[in-house]
Amino acid sequence: MGLYEQVRFAFCAVSGHRLRSLLTLLGFGIGVAAVVLLTALGEGARAYVTSEFMSLGSNLLIVLPGRIETSGAAPLIGGNTRDLTLADMESVRRQVPRARHLAPLSVGAAQAAFGDRRRQVTILGTTSEYLTLRHMTLTSGEFLPALDADREAQVAVIGETIRKELFGAENPLGRSMRVGEWRVRVIGVLEPKGMTLGMNMDEVVFVPVASAMRIFNQSSLFRILIEAAAHADIEDVRRDVLKTLATRHDGEEDVTILTQDSMLASFNRILGALTLSLAGIAAVSLSVAGIGIMNVMLVSVSERTSEIGLLKAIGAPPRAIQRVFLVEAILLSLAGGILGLAAGYLGAGVLGHAFPSLPARPPVWAVMAAIAVSFGAGVAFGVMPARRAARLDPVTALARH
Amino acid sequence: MVRALESADLTIPGGDYVAIMGPSGSGKSTLLHLLGCLDRPTSGSYRLDGREVGALGEEDLAEVRGRRIGFVFQFFHLVPRLTAAANVELPMLLAGVRPAERRERVAAALASVGLSDRADHRPDQLSGGQRQRVAIARATVMKPAILLADEPTGNLDRASGQEIIELLERMNRDGLTLVVVTHDPEVGHRARRIVRLVDGRIAEDGAPS
Repeated sequence: MGLYEQVRFAFCAVSGHRLRSLLTLLGFGIGVAAVVLLTALGEGARAYVTSEFMSLGSNLLIVLPGRIETSGAAPLIGGNTRDLTLADMESVRRQVPRARHLAPLSVGAAQAAFGDRRRQVTILGTTSEYLTLRHMTLTSGEFLPALDADREAQVAVIGETIRKELFGAENPLGRSMRVGEWRVRVIGVLEPKGMTLGMNMDEVVFVPVASAMRIFNQSSLFRILIEAAAHADIEDVRRDVLKTLATRHDGEEDVTILTQDSMLASFNRILGALTLSLAGIAAVSLSVAGIGIMNVMLVSVSERTSEIGLLKAIGAPPRAIQRVFLVEAILLSLAGGILGLAAGYLGAGVLGHAFPSLPARPPVWAVMAAIAVSFGAGVAFGVMPARRAARLDPVTALARH
Repeated sequence: MVRALESADLTIPGGDYVAIMGPSGSGKSTLLHLLGCLDRPTSGSYRLDGREVGALGEEDLAEVRGRRIGFVFQFFHLVPRLTAAANVELPMLLAGVRPAERRERVAAALASVGLSDRADHRPDQLSGGQRQRVAIARATVMKPAILLADEPTGNLDRASGQEIIELLERMNRDGLTLVVVTHDPEVGHRARRIVRLVDGRIAEDGAPS
């Protein structure tokens, strides 16, 4: 029997028991759909986190004061953490030429007011380079002026949400608003950017870093952001920055430097493991469904004993009988697999619709795996029933009606 | 171990018409299974068309069954979900006959049993007699050397049984070797030769009295 005839014969057999085949398909389809959907979720989470970090800029290094150990025992005698200062930043600028852009960051919260409208805002103190470094753009006006970092100025750049809530329809440019006890002139409005790394950039007021540190009476910067000249320079820049700062801090490495790559790598590890474990859970349901196929095939073999006897009587060798039932099992599992894929894609689509920020798209490997696994399960769970059929004694098989 | 057949020396010349008779348990089914290569003799030999087939392996035996032997059963053994034509086509599918030739031979086989107009009917849409005729078409479509019929009328009313026997006899007249197992004396006595089995032995072998 050629493959085509074999498939046609198997198709006849499968469609002969419509309900039973359908239920088996359903079971197997659910298993495959689970694989597709769960891996899509895992991949979606990974893609989400990755894109979050990507928005940082791939050549970015973040310097924060204090040593954060991500491994090993905590030191018993903690060294005094020295302040991270603007002078530190300037010294890095001088000594690490491959640090192309540097921007300080200080953070505080204050009430902003314009007229009788007021709202709690996050104040970010930085310098003009921040705009380039974070790839941000303005809707109107301009960003902070290119002053020396330690110069104050009573100017502010506001996020889109702030503009809407405090100024409404008015043009905020040139208007004076209050930030805490302090008056600033609005010189620019940022283009909406939304959340990055847990901070809504639309609800932020930027002021010169020296002013922010004075308002909040801070001696240490919150962060120094550094953009390396090229992606390949990141490690060198990291090492040089660490060395420069250690020299300035009495030889002690009391800062932590995060890079996008290092953060991405650890998140990728975690989320990759998550995806794998989700796939593992899904695989359990798939194997349960596979046993369902085996069960149906066994029932089918015992139901069709006399048919097997007949096939043997009219010249089917054991191999052909085995193939007939194997093809049937594969047909069932593949159809289930395709059904499950469709359902999985549908589910992922619905999820993507419901949570647009989470790109729940099944990874290509999961789709391939689902099809391969359906086929494999058909073979694996079909072999035993098929062999049983092939080994039946024709005389006893024919005696059954 | 139960010996189903003690000694059975039997030669059936081509074109013969033999009825195997005997009470149940006499070994007629076993003899039929041996003749049909569904079973192998524990001892002794079986030559079909001059070729020793008693000791062939599974695969070769299957091929002999497919090409040299036709079976007709009491319970028809049609595949219920396939049409009459597809049932008749089955042995050719297994033997790897080409599609165009298959179609031709199916049509010819169905015509020879007078069921050309029922080709697309499934077994449950056919009467018992029609089902048995489909089975005969299937059994003869490979042009076997021998047709083995196991109680071919056992499940049919008198009239249909009569028709079936006449059909088989017509094919015998056209040269087909016919072996009918039956316990119905009326069917048995129509054969040219009766082999009567008792307790696994051939008690009688000759023309009907």
